Amino acid sequence: MEQMITAVMSLAAIGSGLGVVLGVAARKFAVEGDSRVEEIVAMLPAANCGQCGFPGCEGAAQAIVEGEASPTCCPPGGKVVALAIAGHLGITLGDDDMEEAPKIAVIEDAICIGCTKCYRLCPSDAIVGAMKQLHGVFAEACTGCNQCADKCPTGAITMQPLPATAGTWVMPKPVMAA
Amino acid sequence: MAHVVIPPIRRLLTRWGIHPDSHKFPAAGLDIADAGLPPLLVLPLSQQAGAPARPVVKVGDHVLRGQLVAEAVGHVSAHVHASTSGTVMAIGDAPMPHPSGLPGQGITLRPDGLDRWVQRDVEPYPINLAPEEIARRVAAAGIVGMGGAAFPAAVKLALGQRSSIHTVILNGSECEPYLSCDDRLMQERAGDIIEGARLLLRATGAQHLLVGIEDNKPDAIDAMKLAAHPYPEVSVVRIPSRYPMGAERQLIHTLLGVEPPAGGRAADVGVVVHNVGTAAAVWRALRHGEALTERVITVAGGAVAAPRNMRVRVGTPLSWLVERAGGLTREPARLVVGGPMMGVAVPDLDVPVGKGASGVLALTVAEVGEREPSACIRCGSCVVACPVGLMPLEMANRINAGELGQAEDIGLRDCLTCGACGYVCPSRIPLVQYFAHARGELMARERERKRLDEVRELTEARTARHEREAREKAEMHARRKAERAAAQAAEAAAKVSATQEESA
Repeated sequence: MEQMITAVMSLAAIGSGLGVVLGVAARKFAVEGDSRVEEIVAMLPAANCGQCGFPGCEGAAQAIVEGEASPTCCPPGGKVVALAIAGHLGITLGDDDMEEAPKIAVIEDAICIGCTKCYRLCPSDAIVGAMKQLHGVFAEACTGCNQCADKCPTGAITMQPLPATAGTWVMPKPVMAA
Repeated sequence: MAHVVIPPIRRLLTRWGIHPDSHKFPAAGLDIADAGLPPLLVLPLSQQAGAPARPVVKVGDHVLRGQLVAEAVGHVSAHVHASTSGTVMAIGDAPMPHPSGLPGQGITLRPDGLDRWVQRDVEPYPINLAPEEIARRVAAAGIVGMGGAAFPAAVKLALGQRSSIHTVILNGSECEPYLSCDDRLMQERAGDIIEGARLLLRATGAQHLLVGIEDNKPDAIDAMKLAAHPYPEVSVVRIPSRYPMGAERQLIHTLLGVEPPAGGRAADVGVVVHNVGTAAAVWRALRHGEALTERVITVAGGAVAAPRNMRVRVGTPLSWLVERAGGLTREPARLVVGGPMMGVAVPDLDVPVGKGASGVLALTVAEVGEREPSACIRCGSCVVACPVGLMPLEMANRINAGELGQAEDIGLRDCLTCGACGYVCPSRIPLVQYFAHARGELMARERERKRLDEVRELTEARTARHEREAREKAEMHARRKAERAAAQAAEAAAKVSATQEESA
């Protein structure tokens, strides 16, 4: 009888002890979702423009982590973001699926009616303007997310590659004979 | 003058480098001519390493020679001065000596022909000035490194003041083929150079001054030895002729046997290197109060009729210089500003020369010697030639495969882009172009990454602002509602009390 009580008591003690340890561990080392998703979200431009076809940057990050989307799916981020994500997840990017030069929004002066639709939409405050005044784009702050162009009633906004200057020019890669 | 000789063992152990045909004559044998005043000058705003200068004059202003026309912006930049008296015709895009051929910002000046100077502060004994005052005046004169990189001289002096410097090295190696401007300057203005170098010595607080001159310039060595004779702290040293001896690290190693750490500066081993032309400009600036408005440039190349070294105003167009050198005898295959190894190929003769331009070359097809590249045969010639001890073929392979990060791991950042590897390559692979491409690409990515980070911050700030506005709006609504409710309650209470009074 006594032996049985000892066995039951000791097993109960071990069980409850381990239970406490597991309970504490579950709280202390809790993982909310996939940590990689958050890391990728931090790398994306946060424009939530939807050009990737996913609901916002978080959706895109989820898809990239699950392997449903390529790191190159983000047009505003372009090459830089694609390379950073690929490096982080250990994916190799092909040469051809790389986006070319980054594009920014350009407003055609003659067609802009000053409706302020674009500047209220712009996720990075890159457009400046007022009612019935000509709007302008800060090239440094524009990611080329295309949201303004979609909403422009007169089609005055187009996405154009950044103009090459002596300061941003890069020596072309030599063409190698086979 | 102390006698310093390079230990023979160091000479024997030095394996790097190449020995290209020098092509220095006939220009090296003729004295420096004056190039005169061209009808128009274009002063580039970005002729120094670092940030472009900001114009301080307006179109239509009349300026005098040596007058400040654009001021330095930020820590690494240099002032730009008018190189003659005249009228500012335009400020804006102009053709510039840049490998892309893209225009850059410049100030166009029409000389009035009088060449009047601004008020110059003559200082009979500049060696008595305090080190900080020397550095300040060097900055005010807009002096940059005259060897080609055009790094602002005053910034280098300030770096020297922060770390303890024991030796100033004067670079008179002029290892690039064709160029002989430093050679001629040392022969004709040795006194200016030594005096200027002593000022640099005082400004940095160093004790020794070593002048390194390649042994293919015996006349320059003699002239400099004569000028250095009275000063015990100055030594003129004969160094072996090989390319790239004029590179900072290679020169330091040859003269002192020490090597600055990778990614570090010469100041880390207590050394600072200046070009001989810079020393001469420092002397002109401090003794005579003259800002940097002219320099000596070698105009040479197989297509030039009469190659010559010339004293050239900053901003003079190439076409004027070529004309002064007798014009072109045939169609040049390539126009280069700087030396043939590290200079900038320019599309036409419209571009002006800046403070850092040491040569203007019009090269013939035979001199360029371009051939279709063929496959790498892994001979290892480039590895032997590399002055930094890198493996150019491996780096080029990785860059070709798009693995820029790997190329960086095996030393892309330490590459001088001196071109020795491409010069010896039997397959004529444009190795330096690979490295220049990779570096530019890495820099562009870094720039873009920074820009996107800033945009992210803007986006987050906007989201936060919108949330705050929504919250404030909601709070205001709640407050108004509460106020309305309170008002209604008060009204109702008043009504009740009124009816009670009535009934009473």
